[in-house]
Amino acid sequence: MASGEALTTSGYIVHHLTNNTVGEGFWTLHLDTLFVSGIIGLVAFLGMAKVARMATSGVPGPLQSFIELLLSFVDQQVKDTYHGRSPLVTPLAVTIFVWVFLMNAMDLIPVDFLPLILGVFGIHYFKAVPTTDPNLTFAMSLTVFTIMIVMGIKVKGASGFLHEVFCVPFGAKLAPINLLFRIIEDIAKPISLSLRLFGNMYAGEMVFILIALLGVWQLPLALPWALFHILIITLQAFVFMMLTIVYLSMASESHG
Amino acid sequence: MNINATLFGQAVWFGVFIWITMKYVWPPIQKAIADRQALIADGLAAGERGKHELELAGKRSADSLREAKVKSAEIIVAAEKRALQVIEEAKLAAKVEADKVVVAAQAEIAQATEHARAELRSRVAELAVAGAERILKREVDAKGHAEILAALKQEL
Repeated sequence: MASGEALTTSGYIVHHLTNNTVGEGFWTLHLDTLFVSGIIGLVAFLGMAKVARMATSGVPGPLQSFIELLLSFVDQQVKDTYHGRSPLVTPLAVTIFVWVFLMNAMDLIPVDFLPLILGVFGIHYFKAVPTTDPNLTFAMSLTVFTIMIVMGIKVKGASGFLHEVFCVPFGAKLAPINLLFRIIEDIAKPISLSLRLFGNMYAGEMVFILIALLGVWQLPLALPWALFHILIITLQAFVFMMLTIVYLSMASESHG
Repeated sequence: MNINATLFGQAVWFGVFIWITMKYVWPPIQKAIADRQALIADGLAAGERGKHELELAGKRSADSLREAKVKSAEIIVAAEKRALQVIEEAKLAAKVEADKVVVAAQAEIAQATEHARAELRSRVAELAVAGAERILKREVDAKGHAEILAALKQEL
């Protein structure tokens, strides 16, 4: 609450849910989302790349063991679900899981902590959890959607893809209905993917803010909610990853 | 919910991170895991082979031990035989030598006997002459008698 806003309940909530922006209209950039997600991603993935570069097939160090464990876990999920052979699917799943997990984990930092520190430097609006920004979740789900379409065309060929779009499930005679079904089915995927993550994290963040409004009474409440939220953080990262794998496997398998 | 250009920025971040993971994280880790699996598999196979070889070596050593025992027993038997033979030969040689010694001794004894007898004979003749001289106490033709005595000596 470093800004000069009135200390009302709704003012406090709105303040916490306002992004730090530059630009006007559509060409607005959410600087906080871009910075936090970028820095988290760079640290995580460049760190992993550094460990991977020095990876040994002999006795692995603790960091390498941890990364191997994580990647093997994700790879196992991919192998169980995705039966094609693609060099993209496992790295994509790893990226989603690690990145979303770390961004969600920003939720565990007390809601006033970062805005208070940044307020000292004159930054008055800061939304610390990038996954509570629908721009991020839609960016991810639309990227996954694009990969899904490209993979479908690549695996089945353009004619096979078009055949599937127009002739499944009701046959060539009902092509318009098939097309409509297909569009609804495919549009639903990225929307559900992004809104699920956004909704969960936004609601979680909102509860944290409401708890923070209780003054001293936030202490016995914030801890259980944070502990419970650890579950949601992991679960949402896992669900996003798992659904991505499922969508990609559906895209690269014939429907009939 | 306001969708804006942040979406493109986030898509770029996402793409960059996918690229990093695909290019620099997953392949080396995957390779390390695969190599380690191969290493462990090789190690297990080598262990199995070593165990098998140990078993074979044990069998071989038992075989050679048994063979050595048989051979040594043979050698002992041959040695014993040879020892008996040597003893036999030695006994034979000793007997021959002893016989030779006995024969030589007998020859010597015979010679000595002959010698003693000749001496005795000459002494007896002398004694007889002396006896005769004393008995006869007369002139005796020593030369004539000596011929007779010599004749007598030859006879003895």
